[in-house]
Amino acid sequence: MARFGMVIDSAKCVGCMDCVVACKTENGVPEGFNRDWIEYEVQGKYPSLHMEIRSERCNHCNNPPCVYCCPTGASHVHDLGGVVLITHNVCIGCKACIASCPYDARFIHSDGYADKCTFCIHRVEKGLDPACVSVCPTRCMSFGDLEDPNSEVTRLLQSRNHHALMPEAGTKPCILYLV
Amino acid sequence: MNPVSRRKFLKISAATISVAAAGSAIVKGAEALGNKSGKQVKGVQKIPTYCDICFWKCGAIAYVNDGKLWKIEGNPDDPLSRGRLCPRGTGGVGAHYDPDRLKSPLIRRNERGREEWVEVTWDEAFTHIADKLQKIKEQYGPEAVALFAHGIGGNFFKHTLKAFGTPNIAAPSFAQCRGPRDVGFRLTFGEDVSSPERTDIKNSGCIVLIGSHLGENMHNSQVQEFAEAVGNGASIIVVDPRFSVAASKAKFYLPIKPGTDLALLLAWMNVIVREGLYDKDYVQKYGFGFEQFAVELTLYTPEWAYPETGIEPELIRLTAREMARYRPATLVHPGRHVTWYGDDAQRSRAIALLNALLGSWGRKGGFFYPVSMDVPGYPYPAYPKPQKVNVDNPDNKYPFAHEAITTGIRDATISGKPYPVKGWFVYATNLIHALPNEAETIKAIQNLDLLVVVDVIPSEIAGWADVVLPESVYLERYDDINVEWFRDPFVALRQPVVESPHEQKPNWWMAKKLAEKLGLGAFYPWKDIEEYINHRLTAAGLSFDELKKKGILQGSKQPNYFDEGVPAEFSTPSGKIEFYSLQLAKAGFDPVPKYNRPSPGPPGSFRLLYGRSPVHSFSRTQSNHILMDMTAENEVWINADVARRMELKTGDYIRLKNQDDILSNKVKVKATERIRPDCVYMVHGFGHNSRGLKYAFQKGASDAQLLTRYVTDPLMGGTGMNVNFVTIEAEASHG
Amino acid sequence: MIQELTTTRHNELIDPVLHIWGWQIPVYLFLGGLVAGIMVISGYLVLKGQYKKNVFSCFYLPQISLILLSAGMLALFLDLEHKLFVWRLYTTFKIASPMSWGAWILVIIYPVLLLNTLIRIPVRFQNVIPPFDRLSAFINKHPLLIKNIGIANMLMGTLLGMYTGVLLSSLGARPLWNSAMLWMLFLVSGLSSAAAFVHLITDDTYERELLAKADNAFLTLELFVFGGFISGLLTSSRVHIQAIRLLLDGSYAAYFWVFVIGMGVVIPLSIQLLAVNHKIKHSPVAPMLVIAGGLILRFVIVFAGQESHWTSGWIR
Repeated sequence: MARFGMVIDSAKCVGCMDCVVACKTENGVPEGFNRDWIEYEVQGKYPSLHMEIRSERCNHCNNPPCVYCCPTGASHVHDLGGVVLITHNVCIGCKACIASCPYDARFIHSDGYADKCTFCIHRVEKGLDPACVSVCPTRCMSFGDLEDPNSEVTRLLQSRNHHALMPEAGTKPCILYLV
Repeated sequence: MNPVSRRKFLKISAATISVAAAGSAIVKGAEALGNKSGKQVKGVQKIPTYCDICFWKCGAIAYVNDGKLWKIEGNPDDPLSRGRLCPRGTGGVGAHYDPDRLKSPLIRRNERGREEWVEVTWDEAFTHIADKLQKIKEQYGPEAVALFAHGIGGNFFKHTLKAFGTPNIAAPSFAQCRGPRDVGFRLTFGEDVSSPERTDIKNSGCIVLIGSHLGENMHNSQVQEFAEAVGNGASIIVVDPRFSVAASKAKFYLPIKPGTDLALLLAWMNVIVREGLYDKDYVQKYGFGFEQFAVELTLYTPEWAYPETGIEPELIRLTAREMARYRPATLVHPGRHVTWYGDDAQRSRAIALLNALLGSWGRKGGFFYPVSMDVPGYPYPAYPKPQKVNVDNPDNKYPFAHEAITTGIRDATISGKPYPVKGWFVYATNLIHALPNEAETIKAIQNLDLLVVVDVIPSEIAGWADVVLPESVYLERYDDINVEWFRDPFVALRQPVVESPHEQKPNWWMAKKLAEKLGLGAFYPWKDIEEYINHRLTAAGLSFDELKKKGILQGSKQPNYFDEGVPAEFSTPSGKIEFYSLQLAKAGFDPVPKYNRPSPGPPGSFRLLYGRSPVHSFSRTQSNHILMDMTAENEVWINADVARRMELKTGDYIRLKNQDDILSNKVKVKATERIRPDCVYMVHGFGHNSRGLKYAFQKGASDAQLLTRYVTDPLMGGTGMNVNFVTIEAEASHG
Repeated sequence: MIQELTTTRHNELIDPVLHIWGWQIPVYLFLGGLVAGIMVISGYLVLKGQYKKNVFSCFYLPQISLILLSAGMLALFLDLEHKLFVWRLYTTFKIASPMSWGAWILVIIYPVLLLNTLIRIPVRFQNVIPPFDRLSAFINKHPLLIKNIGIANMLMGTLLGMYTGVLLSSLGARPLWNSAMLWMLFLVSGLSSAAAFVHLITDDTYERELLAKADNAFLTLELFVFGGFISGLLTSSRVHIQAIRLLLDGSYAAYFWVFVIGMGVVIPLSIQLLAVNHKIKHSPVAPMLVIAGGLILRFVIVFAGQESHWTSGWIR
């Protein structure tokens, strides 16, 4: 079984938001909403500062609270790669999934259903990378099978220090940031 | 401007054109075009073109779904985009769908600047313009008409106005942007850095950025290469009063006092020379006047620079040695928008000299030699010879200006000297935001008999126009082909992807129609631009059809470095790299740059610094809904401690007031550790006051509005604009 | 320690502070809790044989419950963003989803409440729906069945009351709700509100006295549960401490201490302690304060809970 994930090199990322723009056009995300976004984390005191820039989105968790709390099964884990998806016409818009997500990755689409990153499953099924990965000018993002020992993502994780977001939330996120 | 010797050396015959990399998925050409008449192609078409959200001209592939523009990706065959656009290029879709676009030709029906218009037909507009132009020509001569143009789209208007007989054609990209840099490098190496920059970032072992904020400044190829260099473990040195994105990637961050960069550069060179770290062979072989240069440097020790720059002497030494360690693959980046303090050409020359010491010019990891394909221009008749010299630089006041000075034209328009300027054409540049001191621009406009603005959106300058001509956005038009000077030779095509939604027309069509109205039809022997492009391509032995399909045709690999066989020729008076410049001395300037301390601002004020956002180009993308969805307004960066003292927090609205009591629009505070306490920073391009820009109207504040003062560079007439100071005014209504 | 965290995300209802749930969910949780409490009380009164006395409570409590529950369901429905698909709740059962449990619990609660209603049909509604009258007659012939209806009401009421808390505490991303005391808190608060409610409307002095006393017990218990809730979070991780401090000395402190603890528990408890000891007369003031306090508690917990966050409740 494949387990899709992303490995993002925060050292290379410049936070240009191309990933966000590409997601918008690829997926027709309505104005005013973001399926992905950039986060800047600054530590220290000027001029001794450290800044990490991260392209963030749904972590497609291995232990997804949004799927567990969904009363209708609209939020579900897809057969292909464990991607967390939402079936629009099964969603009642109760927002429990939004409340359950420590990453605040979900929102209510202007059509009423809960929406979020799909890892561009429609592209992935065709063998393409998600739109955000495919456009990134810094090539800081990699997408692939975290369980395949020969995949690029696995190789990157073996070669560099990395961290996930809020591992303490226990969600087992599948997006990992190289530092 | 590109080096003449290189042009000769690198002409590539059509026979050497190699077919672009295989695997391009582009199958449909322009026939996939969406059609207003209702005939739409079903399914997804991919049409290659090149981008115009900035001037970088990246190769792109537009996706049209059922006749509607869907998305834009990079063209993998394109050496500039390498298959990946920047966020602005990706968001170019929003330019086509922008509801605030100019829709039809407009003629002013009230006082200038009131933005009250009569919609007219194209013919009425051209007749009106042609009548006015003829009157100006009769009364003042054709030289009394000036053109301000930005980007490749200006080519045909330049052609029409040259045919009309004026030499006065300028772009803010010289005197308000990269001019000083190119002058500084010309004086040293005899050549420009040019655009796209010839910086070999991807091969650099050490990259020094002085105020250059790559990553926020989203020049695609440069940012791609910067990330690649970071990935390769390059040592990054960033000098900036603000902890930029690039600074967060740096091994050394130097939080310099604004305006003192030249002191740091001199101290670096002092260390490198004194410690013998420079490339002795290179300097000996190619250098001129090194000994005098070295003598001049002796004063500038790191200890001397410390009180000026605020950078500790040990850190200056450490970073100088770091640069030397990686030479010649050390790139001291020349920057791009370098009109800061009025000493900019000399500062840029110091950067050139530092690179010369490190031997990076013409070397891998430093500055490569760009190459181009040999595509002849269209064989037009000769232009009439202007009777008067250029109006912008009377008596050669700025002896090293090698392009026209926008602000010089503005000055002449105000004073009528050396001769009156009565007509302005403005193509795709929002002069109100691009030139410092808006009041002077407006004063000049009031002296005009005719102001024609060609734009895609109702920019501020369009608001002041007598006639506004609405242009199709780049996705809806052909433009001149881009025969680029870069690492590898290639030619790129811009072709229509979708149709214009209203009466908008491409620049070539307007320029041709106007020329015909002016009785200059002979200068447009071609029927339409396809014929023009086909003629040029055929002359170069290239296929228009193939270019339509691929968007990019690449030439064969050419040498880029001295090591690869590029001859080490320098177009300077001495034919060498000029460490000591006799031509500067002769013109009464310092032959080796000297440091002048910047004047401090009024007590309690902050120096106003400005820069770029990765999701906006100048002031021309704030009505693009996709890009505005990324960043809808700018913020004023204020040091966190200062903000705390002033009881301001992130998200509070304030206004900035400059030394001349100009008050900005309200703008959000970003209280941050990422900036020095003596300056504030904001992204350029926001704070629109044009009522036509409904969506962008008064979102954020305009830095340009606050730039009432500027210091003119005595070498080349550039306008140093980081010399304005602001105080912070509380804004009563929060939100 | 993080000093600056900046995000470019700006999703409606999510940023800068999560606020997906407005008035509907607190009202739904309050009404659910109130009905839960009423069911427990009404079930107990059935067991105690109050229906034989034909007092107000046995005639009307089950009916009022049906109405209040339906009002709560309406509030919940109004909150749904994709209303046309609400039927999807009943095409599946998701064992891990408290909301799915809630949907199905309601399917059981309605008949249980209905049966309670049928023990004593008010005169006005007699012979309106003949099958109900027949069922009522059947029930009244079987005292054991009535007892079981009483037990079922108490049981289902308890389940419903617990559920209103579990619904929130299962949403692990919001540290303020991450407390196993939350279901207890909502259950006890539901009971105290219900006791106050019955106290307020009953015409039976036995019931009034009983429920005033019960309410005092519930309110006292509630104070202990609050203590547990607060100390549990305060002695947990950083994010939980930050979360509970929203109530203790943060942006919700005034609402919490004045309206929830002060006017919702301490003051009515003091008044009713005096009343049951016959120092003062019973008045509607105390029960009304309790009910208002119960409602405000749901608002405070739902709103503050949405503000509590794993990373940065204190940064943003």
